[in-house]
Amino acid sequence: MGLALLLIIWLITFLSSYFFVAHTWWPHAISASAPYIDHQWHLTFIAMGVVFIAAQVALGFVVWRYRDHGDAAKASYSHGNNKLELTWTVLTAILFLGLNAIGSPIWAAERFHSADTGAMKVEVTGLQFAWYFRYPGPDNKFGRTRPDLEDASLGGLSALGVDSADPAAKDDVVSGVLFLPVNREVDLTLRAQDVIHSFFVPAMRFKQDAVPGLMIHMHFRPEQTGDYEIACAELCGLGHYKMHGIMRVVSEQEYDQWLAAREADKQ
Amino acid sequence: MTQAHGPAGAAPATVHGHAPTGFIRKYVFSLDHKVIGIQYYFLALTAVCIGMILSLAMRIHMVWPDASIPFFGAIKPEQYLTLMTMHGTIMVFFVLTTAPQSGFGNYFLPIQIGAPDMAFPTLNMLSFWTTFVSFAVMIAAFFVAGGAPLSGWTNYPTLSAIPMAGPGEGLGEDLWLISIALFCVASMMGALNFITTTLDLRAKGMTLMRMPLTCWSWFITAILGLLAFGVLLAGGILLLMDRNLGTSFFVPGGLVVSGVPVQHSGGSPLLWQHLFWFFGHPEVYIAILPGMGVASQLLSTFSRKPIFGYRAMVYAMMAIGILGFMVWGHHMFMSGMSPYSAFAFSFMTMAIGVPSAIKTFNWLGTMWKGKIRFTVPMLFAIGFVSLFVSGGLSGPFLAQPAIDIPLHDTYFVVAHFHLIMGVAAIFGIFAGTYYWFPKMYGRMMNDALGKIHFVMTFVGAYCIFMPMHYLGMAGNPRRYSQFTEVKYLAPLIPIHKFITYAAIITVSAQLIFLFNFFWSMKKGKTAAQNPWEATTLEWTTATPPPHDNFGGVTPVVYHGPYEYSVPGAEKDYIMQTDPTPVPAH
Amino acid sequence: MATLTPTLTVKQPKSRHGGGGDIPHYPGGGGGGGGRGDESPDYGERLRRCRLGLAVGIAPIVMLFVAFSSAYLVRQGLASWDLRTNSYINDWAPLRMPMLLLLINTCFLLLSSLTMEFARRHAARLAAIAPITAMPGIAADDESSFPWLGITVALGLGFLAGQVLAWRQMEARGLFLSSNPSSSFFYLLTGMHALHLLGGVIALSYAVVTVWLKRPPEARHIVVDVTAWYWHFMALLWLYIFALLIVAH
Repeated sequence: MGLALLLIIWLITFLSSYFFVAHTWWPHAISASAPYIDHQWHLTFIAMGVVFIAAQVALGFVVWRYRDHGDAAKASYSHGNNKLELTWTVLTAILFLGLNAIGSPIWAAERFHSADTGAMKVEVTGLQFAWYFRYPGPDNKFGRTRPDLEDASLGGLSALGVDSADPAAKDDVVSGVLFLPVNREVDLTLRAQDVIHSFFVPAMRFKQDAVPGLMIHMHFRPEQTGDYEIACAELCGLGHYKMHGIMRVVSEQEYDQWLAAREADKQ
Repeated sequence: MTQAHGPAGAAPATVHGHAPTGFIRKYVFSLDHKVIGIQYYFLALTAVCIGMILSLAMRIHMVWPDASIPFFGAIKPEQYLTLMTMHGTIMVFFVLTTAPQSGFGNYFLPIQIGAPDMAFPTLNMLSFWTTFVSFAVMIAAFFVAGGAPLSGWTNYPTLSAIPMAGPGEGLGEDLWLISIALFCVASMMGALNFITTTLDLRAKGMTLMRMPLTCWSWFITAILGLLAFGVLLAGGILLLMDRNLGTSFFVPGGLVVSGVPVQHSGGSPLLWQHLFWFFGHPEVYIAILPGMGVASQLLSTFSRKPIFGYRAMVYAMMAIGILGFMVWGHHMFMSGMSPYSAFAFSFMTMAIGVPSAIKTFNWLGTMWKGKIRFTVPMLFAIGFVSLFVSGGLSGPFLAQPAIDIPLHDTYFVVAHFHLIMGVAAIFGIFAGTYYWFPKMYGRMMNDALGKIHFVMTFVGAYCIFMPMHYLGMAGNPRRYSQFTEVKYLAPLIPIHKFITYAAIITVSAQLIFLFNFFWSMKKGKTAAQNPWEATTLEWTTATPPPHDNFGGVTPVVYHGPYEYSVPGAEKDYIMQTDPTPVPAH
Repeated sequence: MATLTPTLTVKQPKSRHGGGGDIPHYPGGGGGGGGRGDESPDYGERLRRCRLGLAVGIAPIVMLFVAFSSAYLVRQGLASWDLRTNSYINDWAPLRMPMLLLLINTCFLLLSSLTMEFARRHAARLAAIAPITAMPGIAADDESSFPWLGITVALGLGFLAGQVLAWRQMEARGLFLSSNPSSSFFYLLTGMHALHLLGGVIALSYAVVTVWLKRPPEARHIVVDVTAWYWHFMALLWLYIFALLIVAH
C-alpha cells in the first residue's frame, strides 16, 4: 500500500506539474502592465511549484519508506525538534512575506495613482446583461444621466439614460464595442446600473468590479491592435454567462476616423 | 475489556442521572451528546448527498447546456445559478460547518477530555434542532414561488437585495436569509457549549496541554464560530430589512432593474461584503481546523509516533484562528475597496500561510521514522495532507492583489477552495468516520471497500479540481452556466468535459462509502474496544460508550495523548489513563 | 427592606443549629454534594459553569452589536454615487430623538439593575443557608422574601413599554424605520436591544416561577445569578447604544 500511495501521489504531482507548464494557458497579453503582473505570477509559480513538488514527493517518499514492515522494531520516539521548527518557520515567513514585498509595488503602480492627465476618457457601464461604452466627445465632458430616462430596449444613449437636455451630452457617443487607439492611456470610469458587474479583459490583465453606488476610476494602456474579448466577472443574474463585449484596439488614425464618423451620425 | 480506574471518582457536576428511556427521549429529543453528534452527522450526510447531486447537475449542464437531466429536466441559466447557490450554501454550512465540528466534536470532545457530557446538554439539543429547522427552511426555498435564490452562497447585494434582479430573489431569498439566521443562532449556542465544556469539564490530569489535538481544533473552531457568526447574523438582519422593510443599508440610489426604478437610496453594496467576509473568512478556517485536528490525531496514531511538535501545532492553530479575523479583505481586492487596505490584507494573508506551513511540516515530521499502518483512516489522513498542500499553495497567488487581478472570480479560485474545503476537509470527515465508526457502532467498516473508496476519491478529486487551475489561468470566469457565448472559452470546453466525467465517476464512488457505512452498521466485523491501539480516552470506554461515557468512574489522566513507541515500554502505545511514566518532554 | 442576616425560626426544640454567622461555602469542585449525600449535584460547580457559559455566550451578542455599530459608523460617513442626482451624496440626516423619554427609560433600566442585584444577593443568601433551612423544623423568615425579582421584571417591562412609547413618538414626528438611514439605525439598535432584553425578562419570569415550583434554593440561585449578570450586561449595552446614538447621530 505504501508503494501504491507513493506512485499515486508522485504520478498526480508529475502530471499536474506537466500540464501547468506544457501548455500556454495565459492569454496573449497586450497591456503596459501585463509584463509586471506576468513576471510576479512566474516568480510565485516557480516558488510555489518547487514547494508543491518537494512536499508531495516528500509525502510519497515518507509513506513508503517508513511503512510498517511487520517486525518488532519500534518507531522513533520523538516529540519534535524546536530548532528545526524555528528554521522552517523563519524560512517560510521569508518566502511568503518576501513574495508579498516584491509584488506590492506592482499593485501600487496599478492602483494607487490615477490616470495621466493626457489620458483619453471612456465610461464603462454594466447593466443586466450588456456593456456600454460612452465617449465624451470633443468637450471631454460626459453629459448627465438620469435613471428615469434609462431604456435598455432603445440601446445607445437611451440605455444609459443620457439627458439630451444637458449641453455636455450633445457630443457623447455610446458604443457597444470598446474602440480604443493603440498606445494611449485610457481613463476608465466604471459604473453599474442595477447590480454588481465586473469588467474583465484577460488580454489586458485587467479586472475591476463595477458597483452600483460607486464611480470607479481605473486606467490601462493597450499596446497592440486587435480584437480582445471582455467578460463579466461578477455574478449578476441569469445572463451573467453571456454578458460579454469586445475591446477593439486600432491605430490612432482608424480610431479618429471611427469617432468622427460616429459624431457625424449624431448631427 | 479493561477500564481505566482512578481514585474513587467524584460525582459529575451535571445532574447526569439515569439514562433516558422511551424512543423520543432516547433518539429524538436526546440530551446525550453522543446521540446529538450522530444527529448532526446524519444531517450533514443528507446535506452532502443533496449538495453532490446539485453539483453533478451543474457540471452536466455546463458541458451539455441543452441536455435534459434526470429529475431536473432541461436546466435554464437561472436554474443553474440556483443549483450553484444552494450547492455552495448547503455544502459550506450544513456539511463542512456541521459534520467535523458539531458531528464529531459533539460526540468525542466530552469523551476525549474525560467528561460525562457537554456542559449544557439541553442547550446542545436545542442547537441541533435549531440547525435542523434551519436546514428545513433552506430546502423549502426550492419549493416556493420563484424558487431558491441565485445570488451565490456569498449573496452579494444588490442582486440579493432587489427581488426584481433575478428569479428566486423573492421569497426564496428571504427563506435563505432566515435559514442562515437560524443557523447563526444554532452555531453560537453550540460554540458556547464547546468552549465551556473544554474549559470546565476536563477530567483530573487532563491539562489543556495534554488534550488531543482534535480537542484543541474543536475548541479553537468554537471560538472562531462564537465571534464570527454574530457578524453574519447582523448582515442577514440588515439585508432582510432592506428587502422587506424599506431600509437602504446596502442599496444605493438611482438604480433601475429590469426597467423598474428601485426606491432605495444611499446604501453600499460593499458594506455587505465587509460584514459577510468578516464572517466568511473565519468560516473557512472553521471548515478546515477540525480536519487538521483529525489528521494530526490519525497521523500520530498510525505512524506509532508522537505528533511532531505538539506545542507548535497548538500555537499554529491559534495563530490561524487569530489571523483568520484579519484577512477578510482578500476576498475584496477587486471590489472597489480602497487599494491601500488591499496592501494590509495582502500582508496578513501571506502571513497566515506560515502557521499552515508549520502544520504541514509537522505532519511530515510525524511520519518521518514512523512505523506506518495503512488503515483506511490513515489513508484519508495522508490524502488530507496531500490535498491541503495542493489547495493551500494556490492561496499565495490569490493573496497578492496584483496576481489576483487576472485570477479573481475565475476557476483558479474555484480550484483553490474546492481542494481545501471540498476535498481536504471532506477527507477529514471521511478519516474521522472510518476511525470512529468502531467506537460509535461497535463494528468495523469494511477495509477493502474503504481502500477502493479512498483511491477513487483521491484520484478523482485531483482529476476534477487540478485542471480548474489551468482554466483560471486561461481566464475562465466562474459562475457561468455555460461556455457557449464568450468565444475565448470555446477551446476550454474539452477540459470541462473531462472534469464532468471525472465528477460523475467520483460522485458515483461515494456510493461505495454509503453502502459500506450502512452495511457495516449491521454486518461489519465486531470491533474490539481499542481496535486501532490508540491512546486517547475514547478508547478506554465500552463500545459504544454508556450514557455517561465512563460507567460512573471519572477517568484520571497521567500524560499527553501521543505516547507511542515509548522506549522500554511493553507495548508500542501508552494510554492517557495508564500511570506508566513516560520520558519528560 | 430585607435584613442582611435572615432570621431563622426554630420550630422544634431539638434542632441543632441557629442562623446567621458565616455563609458556608459550597463544597469544592470534584466533591459530591457536601453533607447531602453523593446523589445531589454539586451546585458550586454548576454555578461556576453557568457563569462561564454566560460569559462565553455574551461574546456573540457583543459581536452582533459590534457589527451593527460598524455598519452604523460606515453608513454615516458613506458617500454613494446617486444615479438620480449624478453626484456623490451623503444622505445622513442627524436624528432628533425623544431624549427625555429615553433618559427616563434609562433610569428605569439602571434601577432595575439595582433591584436585580438585590435579588441576586438575596438568592445567594438563601442558597447559602439552604443546608440549614433544609433541616426539618427550620424556616427562614418571610421578610426575607421581598419581591426584588418581581420588581425587576416590572421595571424591565416598564423600560420596554417606554421604548415602545419612544418609537411611537418618533413615528409621530414622521420618522419611521425606512425614513432615512439614521432613523433606520435608531430603530435597529434600540429594537435589537429590546429583543434581547425581552429574553432577559422571560428568563427572569422563569426565575420567579422557580420559586412557586419550589425548586431547591441552590438551583434557583443559579438561575437568578446567571440572569442577573445577563441583565447587568443588557443595562451596559443600553448605555453603550444610547451613548452611540447621542454621540454619533
